[in-house]
Amino acid sequence: MTTVSRGSSVEHDTQAAVAGGGSSGGGATTATAVHPTGAERPLWLDVLGVAAIASVLVALYGAIIWAPTEAVMGHVQRIFYFHMPSAWVALGPAFTIVFICSIVYLVKKDLRYDRIAGASAELGVLFTTITLLTGPLWAKPIWGAYWTWDPRLTTTLVLWFIYVAYLMLRSSITEGHRRARLSAVFGIVGWIDVPIVFMSIRWWRTIHPTLVTGEGMNLDSSMQAVLVFALGAISLLYVYLLVVRVRQLDMGSRIDRLRQQSHLR
Amino acid sequence: MGFLSQAWVIARKDIIGELRTRETVLSMLLFGFLVILIFNFGIEPGLREENLVKPGVLWAAFTFAGILGLNRSFIAEKENDCLQGLLLCPVDRSVIYLGKFFGNFIFTLSMGLVVFLFFSVLYNVNLVQVALPLGAILVLTTIGFTAVGTLFSAVSVGLKTRDVILSILLIPVMVPVVLAAAKSSGRVLDGDSLAGAGLWLALLVVYDVIFLTVAIMLFDYAVEE
Repeated sequence: MTTVSRGSSVEHDTQAAVAGGGSSGGGATTATAVHPTGAERPLWLDVLGVAAIASVLVALYGAIIWAPTEAVMGHVQRIFYFHMPSAWVALGPAFTIVFICSIVYLVKKDLRYDRIAGASAELGVLFTTITLLTGPLWAKPIWGAYWTWDPRLTTTLVLWFIYVAYLMLRSSITEGHRRARLSAVFGIVGWIDVPIVFMSIRWWRTIHPTLVTGEGMNLDSSMQAVLVFALGAISLLYVYLLVVRVRQLDMGSRIDRLRQQSHLR
Repeated sequence: MGFLSQAWVIARKDIIGELRTRETVLSMLLFGFLVILIFNFGIEPGLREENLVKPGVLWAAFTFAGILGLNRSFIAEKENDCLQGLLLCPVDRSVIYLGKFFGNFIFTLSMGLVVFLFFSVLYNVNLVQVALPLGAILVLTTIGFTAVGTLFSAVSVGLKTRDVILSILLIPVMVPVVLAAAKSSGRVLDGDSLAGAGLWLALLVVYDVIFLTVAIMLFDYAVEE
């Protein structure tokens, strides 16, 4: 885990500056291994992690083995159980949290909200990428093409570009509050743009009704059960990864602060 | 001085500077011409007559050339710390935004008008017949484009990657505007009246209103030093 290696690499710094403050978690630390600073990995986080990974495995079992094979599409339909939940997590909570935390940062000027926004954007891009990769795998045998300019597909692609741009913007600024401020401005504008993108692309396609791509899957009850479970599993995975990433970023900024303090002395 | 006349003073400064140096609009124009030229080689001669292709070429040229101009918008302010001086003006930040927006709007609109002329000659469009509706579309598109573009230009000006980052930030957010502009001007070129493209014009107006408001609210954060 990066936190551990990062923490131990500057350990003598942190010890020189303030007692404790580095990482714990692994055996990488030296004699003064106990840091009563809240940086230890709490039990609930481990429980959350185990639950997330276990439920993804169960969902995998449900999708691949337990759910019946779809009559028309065959096995390829099974990718849907991960495609749809990934899309939901990215387009729903992940990017909305970027938007909300951007506003809260601009109001409160608390960098923690910026770190949450950044972590959520990274995960949103990750899950959007999964959506964009699994979609074509299903579409090639079913629609006969990897890609169509359907409103949902196109909106997802534009969304991916918006949040990749967001991450590029973040990575090109080093100073914390400056990065938080400028990326919050973009995070707000980008999120407001999304429904307008969707509307405009839907009109574009209804005016040229060349492709009708309604998925129209009448799921039977066991398929529905797998889908709902997978939705829960992926959401749980998102929450877990978000917490871990935010903790990493929190720790990183704390290490930076300690480093600055030790330089000042 | 009123709100708008204060903003006009800032826009006027930019316009006078531009009239003296002639850097921004000329380079935008040349770049726009070049985009049209390069598209020309990618499109089969027969397709060039198609009204489906024309709006695409036109708005691609407009977008790329427009971004070139927006990139320069705050660079001049950055030199000699002019931005600092501008921010110290005893006016509201939204006035500074509106001033910069007016300036960019006028530059981009002038570029758009000349690119339209150039385009109409090369792509055999009778501009007289469609001048009014196309002009209306150009104005609405330019408002939305420069409203967001001015904000993002302020965001990107201090970054080491500023030349690239503005395009990457602006183009995905501009998708609805470019789409609406291309679709409505396609209708107009097909001989429809403006009313035929009503839905797209409504989208442009909605976009303009939303993002002008959002940009005015956020500009303060984009330039805060």
